[in-house]
Amino acid sequence: MNISGNDLILACSAIGAGLAVIAGIGPGIGQGIAAGYAASAVGRNPGAKSDITSTMLLGQAVAETTGLYGLLVAILLLFVKPLTW
Amino acid sequence: MSNAILMASGADIDIMVHGLISYEIFGQTCWITTTHVCLLILMIVLIGFMIAANRKIKKASEVPDGFQNVVELIVEMLDNMVKGVMGVNSAKFANYISTVFIFILMSNISGIMGLRPPTADYGVTFALGVMTFCLIHFNKFKHQHVSGVLKGLCDPWPIWAPINIISDLAVPVSLSLRLFANILSGTIIMALVYGLLGWIATFWPSVLHVYFDLFSGAIQTYVFCMLTMTYINQAIDSE
Repeated sequence: MNISGNDLILACSAIGAGLAVIAGIGPGIGQGIAAGYAASAVGRNPGAKSDITSTMLLGQAVAETTGLYGLLVAILLLFVKPLTW
Repeated sequence: MSNAILMASGADIDIMVHGLISYEIFGQTCWITTTHVCLLILMIVLIGFMIAANRKIKKASEVPDGFQNVVELIVEMLDNMVKGVMGVNSAKFANYISTVFIFILMSNISGIMGLRPPTADYGVTFALGVMTFCLIHFNKFKHQHVSGVLKGLCDPWPIWAPINIISDLAVPVSLSLRLFANILSGTIIMALVYGLLGWIATFWPSVLHVYFDLFSGAIQTYVFCMLTMTYINQAIDSE
């Protein structure tokens, strides 16, 4: 079997893309913690539900950014293929 | 575009921006892309809505009905959102924030209408991020003057100035990348569902559309506008 350098880089890019989306673990945990605290806050003060929800969504969306950077790296490796020639 | 996934499936998965017409300007080859076309369609829809709303409000009736109700609801909702964050400064920015809000929301949910969302092109979101950046710094110089800006730059000690500059420059990049990556990931997942599953993907992907286009798009719009308002508010009154 004959594997050219380009093929090797393509395969390694796919592995790298898989590794890059492991970055999704962090935001997952963070968003879960935020949602848990928001749920307990609603339990304590049901009147402020809409405020709590919007604050939670804002915080979660900001926390999501790091995971999205990982996703972006994966997308670049898979579809733009910057390392191949 | 030939890549691993495409070769494995044989289906055509279309997530890229395509160039349609090329033209030369100052020796550079530029392209009219699908993003331009989608933006143009969006612009026509929005401008049509705007003209209709303007006509309706010009001869508004005392008791609102139908279309007038909708327009008043939208404007009131956006005004309240801006007022809730910016307080006394809201009057000057309500117009800009509302415009950006409606534009981003319409581009995000245009995936439902079969267009490729224009916000899934980094050129569009980066322009929005740069606009926010300019607004932040214009207001900083206007309200804190040059001395205040310099003082803010050398916050604990002057040696921290490069780090502060980098964190200022990171604002538009992270704002635009957040919006871009969210919408792009939704577009890619929908393309994969339609491209790889073929005939199995009938009817039920509408649930995914609700999540990836409507929910995610609305949340990201809200977040973009919220962060823009928060940053501008910080720039105005951080005495």
